[in-house]
Amino acid sequence: MIFLNFFISGISLGSIYAIIALGYTMVYGIAKMLNFAHGDVIMIGAYVCFYAFARYHLNPFLGVAAAMLICTLLGIIVERLAYKPLRQAPSLAVLITAIGMSYFLQNTALLMWSSNPKVFPSIIGRGSFRLFDGALSVSHITALTIGVCLVIMIVLSLFISKTKMGKAMRACSEDKGAAQLMGINVNATISMTFAIGSGLAAVAGALLCSAYPTLMPTTGALPGIKAFTAAVFGGIGSIPGAFLGGLMLGVIEIFAKAYISSQLSDAVVFGVLIIVLLVKPAGLLGKMTQEKV
Amino acid sequence: MSESVLKVENINVYYGSIHAIKGISFEVYEGEIVTLIGANGAGKSTTLNTISGLLHPSTGSISFLGESLAKVQPHKIVEKGLAQVPEGRRVFAQMTVQENLEMGAYTQNSGINEDLEKVYSLFPRLKERMRQTAGTLSGGEQQMLAMGRALMSRPKLLMLDEPSMGLAPILVEQIFDIIADLHRTGATILLVEQNAQMALSIANRGYVMETGKITTTGTGQELLASEEVRKAYLGG
Repeated sequence: MIFLNFFISGISLGSIYAIIALGYTMVYGIAKMLNFAHGDVIMIGAYVCFYAFARYHLNPFLGVAAAMLICTLLGIIVERLAYKPLRQAPSLAVLITAIGMSYFLQNTALLMWSSNPKVFPSIIGRGSFRLFDGALSVSHITALTIGVCLVIMIVLSLFISKTKMGKAMRACSEDKGAAQLMGINVNATISMTFAIGSGLAAVAGALLCSAYPTLMPTTGALPGIKAFTAAVFGGIGSIPGAFLGGLMLGVIEIFAKAYISSQLSDAVVFGVLIIVLLVKPAGLLGKMTQEKV
Repeated sequence: MSESVLKVENINVYYGSIHAIKGISFEVYEGEIVTLIGANGAGKSTTLNTISGLLHPSTGSISFLGESLAKVQPHKIVEKGLAQVPEGRRVFAQMTVQENLEMGAYTQNSGINEDLEKVYSLFPRLKERMRQTAGTLSGGEQQMLAMGRALMSRPKLLMLDEPSMGLAPILVEQIFDIIADLHRTGATILLVEQNAQMALSIANRGYVMETGKITTTGTGQELLASEEVRKAYLGG
């Protein structure tokens, strides 16, 4: 039963990684860039939530909605100001810009909200479900996190496979020039991708800080890097890959903490990543282009 | 004379410091097949990409149905009814045949199902494979898909870039039969080809391009008969 408990916490942590990893993988799939500022968007989202319901006593769900709105706008603005002018630039220039944007957001947060950690109130309290006569206890936030991740997974998969906008995103991800010749507005599609990724980052921020309540300007950095790892693990550019990679990373991390050593858990996580990439360089579900010529 | 669909006037295009297109002018009238022929690197694809708005002429003008295309974004140009089947087909390999065709209809809001039926009746092979991903199609089928996809935007001018490239002779003939069919049903076509023989045999008029310039022009038959063209492009 204790094993099951660890497994559920792993899935819950993994759900958060998965939601963040989606932002990395969608942006990479379409703009072919690694947006290292993505982790800091999570932190901004968490701060917006914090102020919305700890200071202004807004309904927690309205708080999350406000955070989503602000992060969506932030994502669009960051893309427009920092990345769009570099559309034709070498990828290294874009990468450095993304790292710069990450520090910019962290330091802006430091100026606005100081480095003192804030104690984030859980968006749905600290209660828990007790199952099997109390042998298994699942906190409300754990259950909510897993549920939200499932909903996002289903809605996003339908959006990408069924809607016109979703299909246009896949077309842009394969060949931007050909997509333009179809009449697709590639710039608008890239903006849309940043908007969706950043909106999801806000949700991830609220869930992350509800489970791990310390909020400071660097809060987004490590989960951001881990979610990026999850995206690579699952196969960067692949949406199901981001989910699978995120969930697996969460489970491995919690098991490593529980059964090996909590100090070594990150080393174990990255060790597994190295092994996966040695065996499958494109990641677990990475796209192996099969094309007849 | 019928109406001019496309009018290219004295355009110059540079790739960085390379002067790729050196002041060319040509016109396409409604209902015509016009072909641009020439060797590799003559600037044929560059010309098409400039018309599609992917490249910008430094001087000169391009007008489509009497309207200047300067400063019109590529996706808006498609909306106006100018479709290009790009060189190398460039189908979306990981999307299904049906989805590729739907992307072709991106600018359309209605009548998509009827258009799909039309394309499927023109290319029955595509209907058989509508649920397969485009990457699993053969080269000839991919060319059919690329053409079908462009037709889905209901173009008033269809530009084809090297449709015969990399195809077996029998498939080349099939593709050209389809182009000739489209022409008979009233389509206006600008065809870029290295296969001068095939292109000139179905074209109303042709322009010969050499290193960024138009050197010769005439009807398809005239160019086929021309000594100069025979020597350079038709193997004597």
